[in-house]
Amino acid sequence: MLAAVGRGRAAALRDWPVPGALLARDRSLPVAEQMAGLFPERALRRGSTVVVGRSRPGATSVALSLLSGPSAAGSWCGVVGAPDLGLVAAAQLGVELSRLALVPVPGERWPVVTAALLEGMDVVLVRPAGPVRPADARKLEARASERGTVLAVLSDAWPGAADVRLDVGEGGWHGIQGGAGFLVGRELEVVSTGRGAASRPRRARLTFGSGTSRVRARRAEP
Amino acid sequence: MSQHRALVAYCPDWPVVVSGHPPSMEVAVLHANRVVATSPAARVAGVRPGTRRREAQAVCPDLVVLQRDVVAEARSWEPVVAAIEEMAPGVEVLQPGQLALGSRGPSRYFGGDTALAAKVAGLVDAAVNGAPSGPDGASGSDDVAGGAPGRGAWAGCCLVGVADGLFAAGLAALSSSPGHPLVVPLGATAAFLAPRSMKVLTSAGLQALLEAGGQETAALVDLLGRLGIRTMGDFAALPPAAVLSRFGLAGSTAHRLARGLGERVVKGRAPVPDWVVAAELDPPADQLQAAVFVGRALAEEVHERLAGSGLVCTRLAVQAETEHGVVLRRSWRHDGALSAVAIGERVRWQLEGWALANKVGEGPGPSQTVEAAQAGRVTRIALVPEEVRPDDGRQLGFWGSDAGAESRASRAMARVQSMLGPESVLTGALQGGRDYLEQVLLVPWGEPRVPSRLGPAQPGTTGPPPGRRPRGAGKAPKDGPPPWPGRIPGAAPAVVNRKPVAARLLDGEGTPVAVDSRGLLGAEPALLALGPGGRPQPVTGWAGPWPLEERWWERGGRRRARVQVTTADGRAYLLAREHRDWWVEATYD
Repeated sequence: MLAAVGRGRAAALRDWPVPGALLARDRSLPVAEQMAGLFPERALRRGSTVVVGRSRPGATSVALSLLSGPSAAGSWCGVVGAPDLGLVAAAQLGVELSRLALVPVPGERWPVVTAALLEGMDVVLVRPAGPVRPADARKLEARASERGTVLAVLSDAWPGAADVRLDVGEGGWHGIQGGAGFLVGRELEVVSTGRGAASRPRRARLTFGSGTSRVRARRAEP
Repeated sequence: MSQHRALVAYCPDWPVVVSGHPPSMEVAVLHANRVVATSPAARVAGVRPGTRRREAQAVCPDLVVLQRDVVAEARSWEPVVAAIEEMAPGVEVLQPGQLALGSRGPSRYFGGDTALAAKVAGLVDAAVNGAPSGPDGASGSDDVAGGAPGRGAWAGCCLVGVADGLFAAGLAALSSSPGHPLVVPLGATAAFLAPRSMKVLTSAGLQALLEAGGQETAALVDLLGRLGIRTMGDFAALPPAAVLSRFGLAGSTAHRLARGLGERVVKGRAPVPDWVVAAELDPPADQLQAAVFVGRALAEEVHERLAGSGLVCTRLAVQAETEHGVVLRRSWRHDGALSAVAIGERVRWQLEGWALANKVGEGPGPSQTVEAAQAGRVTRIALVPEEVRPDDGRQLGFWGSDAGAESRASRAMARVQSMLGPESVLTGALQGGRDYLEQVLLVPWGEPRVPSRLGPAQPGTTGPPPGRRPRGAGKAPKDGPPPWPGRIPGAAPAVVNRKPVAARLLDGEGTPVAVDSRGLLGAEPALLALGPGGRPQPVTGWAGPWPLEERWWERGGRRRARVQVTTADGRAYLLAREHRDWWVEATYD
C-alpha cells in the first residue's frame, strides 16, 4: 500500500514541469519524430556536430527540420549565414521564430560569431559562405561539445569530424502536374552516417508539407 | 480660495506664421477641409475660421490654401518657449502658438503684471520675427528667422492676457489687442467674466485650457442658451449644488470657470533631466581593461541614478572619445530593462569591439573600418540613456519558462551585435503579405517586433488557391486578418532570394515562354535554365501562373506572374515573369 503511494508520487514528481530538473536530466535535445531514426540516440546529443550535405536539393529543408524539434520544445536556435533563408518555410516546418536568431551576413568573422552564439543557444546552424579552415572547424566543434550545444552545419566540405552526417538522397514532389495544382509537399530520402554509434548508415524517408503531416516535434525519452 | 495669477500668450495666427507667408498675403490654413487659421489680410477679405475650403475661396478668390502642419508648428514654437523660459521658469505649452506662465513670481520681479505682459509680448515678437531685443530673446531666434523668410512683418502677432486663473487669462488674451496686453486686476476676474457670452467656452483659442471635451462643452453651452442663460454672469449666479445636480460634472466645471475659480493651475514643464554619465580618462587608457573598468563603474552609476528616479533604461548609447578626437557612438536597445550588469556588459563588449577593429583593422563593415583607422586611445567614456521609462517591474512565467535559457541567448545575441553592429542580429516574425519576402518581418534583435501588415500567422496549406475560389465561397470574417489574395498556398520555399536571379523558361521548341495579358502561359514550359549561361534542365511539372498586380495605381507598382516549376534533377523553383523576363524568386530547397 505504502509502496503504491510512493510509486504514484514518484510518477507525479517525474511529470512535474521543473525546468532545471529537465535540463539536468537531459543530455540530449528532442528531434522531429520522423528524423529520430537517423540518430543513434533517437535524439540530438548535446555537444555533437551534425553536418547536412548541400549538394542535393532539399538540404535546407532537412536542416530546418533539424532545428524544429529543439525549437518547438523551447530551445533557442541561431542561424549564421544563409541570408536567403525562407522563414515562412521555417515556421511551416515547426521552427518557433520568436526563439530564432539570424545573423545573415557574418562576413569574414563568421567563426567568431558562431562561437559567440554557441555560448548561448541550444542549436546553431551555420552555412559558411566559402571554404572552411580546418582549425576553425575544430575550434567550433570543441566549443560546441564544451558548451553542450548542437552545431549544425549546412555544407558539403566541412573539414571537421562530424558526429553525424546527413545526406539527402532521392526525393519527389507532389501536388503539381502539368499546369494544375500547387506544390503541396515533398518526400526526401535521407541517409545518416557518422562516427561511433552513428557509423552504421541509417535511412529515413521524410515527408514535408502536404498540409497535415507537418514535421512534429517529440520530447526525448528520459 | 487662493487663486493663481496666470499669464497666457497666444498667437492666433501661428499656423500661418509657421507657413512663412507675410500677413499681407491672403492665406488660410485648413484642417479636415475647415479653415483653422487665417492671415490678417484674409480676415479682412472675410474668411472666417470654421468655413469650408470652397466657401473660403468663394469669399476670397486669391486665397492661398495650405494644409495644417502640426509638427512644424510645434517645432517652430519651441524656440519661443525657450526664450520665455530664459526669463521665467515654469512655462507650460498649451498648444503650438499658445503658452501659459505662472505670473506671481515673475511679475513681482519685473515690476507688475503690465510690465511682465509687455515683456513677454516683446520676447515672443522678437523670437518670432528674428530681431532679438536683448540677450533674453536671442536664444533660438536665428532658427526661426532662418527657417522661414518673410516673418519680419509678424510684429505684434502675440496677444497676452493676465488674470486670476488660467481660463480667465486665456480669455483676457483673446480679448486683448496686439500690442496692448489685457491685465485683469487681482480679484476682478469674476467681474471681467460676467458680461462674456457662454459661447467663449467653445472658442478655438481656449480649448487647450479646458479639460472637458469640446463636444460636451458645446452641448452644455447650447443647452444653457436654450434655457436662457447666455452670459457667464447669469451662469455664475446659479447655486453650485443645483448646477452639479442638473448638468453633471462638465456643468460643474464650467460653472467654476464662470465664477472665476480656476479649473487648474499652470503646471510648468519639468526640466528635462540629464542622465548622461561620463568620465574623463587622464592619461588616456592604454589598456583596454582600464577603459572597461571605468565603463563598468559608469554603468553602476547611471543605473543607480535612474533607479533613484524609478526609471529603467530601454535604449542606451555608449560613447567613447579618443585622443584623435574621434567620437565612437553606438546605441543599444533592449525591450526589457537594462540592469546594471547588462549595461556594464554592453560597455565592455562595445569597447572590446572597437579595440578589436582597431587592432585587426579589418572590420566587417566599411563604417567600422573607418572608425578603426582613425581611433586611438580612449580619453572619455559617456553613457547616454536615450530612452527611459518607468520601472514597472518584470513578471516571469510561473511554470516551465526557462528564464536562464532566454537570458543566455540574449547575451549571446548582444555579444554578436557588439561585434557586427546592432543590425547584424535579426529575429523574424510572420506578417501579412503576398510574396514570401513580404510575409517575413525582420527586425534587429532587441527592437519590438510589431508587424506592419496584418495577416494570418501562416499561409494556408490546404484548400484551392485563393484566386480560383468561387465567388463568396471562402470569405474571410469581417474583423479577421485580411486575406492577401495572390498568395501562393502550399509548402513555402526554404530559400528565398533577396534579389531575383535571372532565368530562362523555354517551351518545347526552345523559345521563351510568355505570359499573355490575361495571365496565361503562352506555351507549355519544357526547359528551365538558370542564369545567363545555365544548362537547361527538363521541366517535369509546373503550376500557375498566379498573377500579382501590386500598387498599379502609383509609381513603384509591380506586375508579375508567378509559376512553380519542378525540374528533372529533383529541384523546384518559384519563377516570376516581370519586365518580359523570367526570374527565380525562390527555391524549394
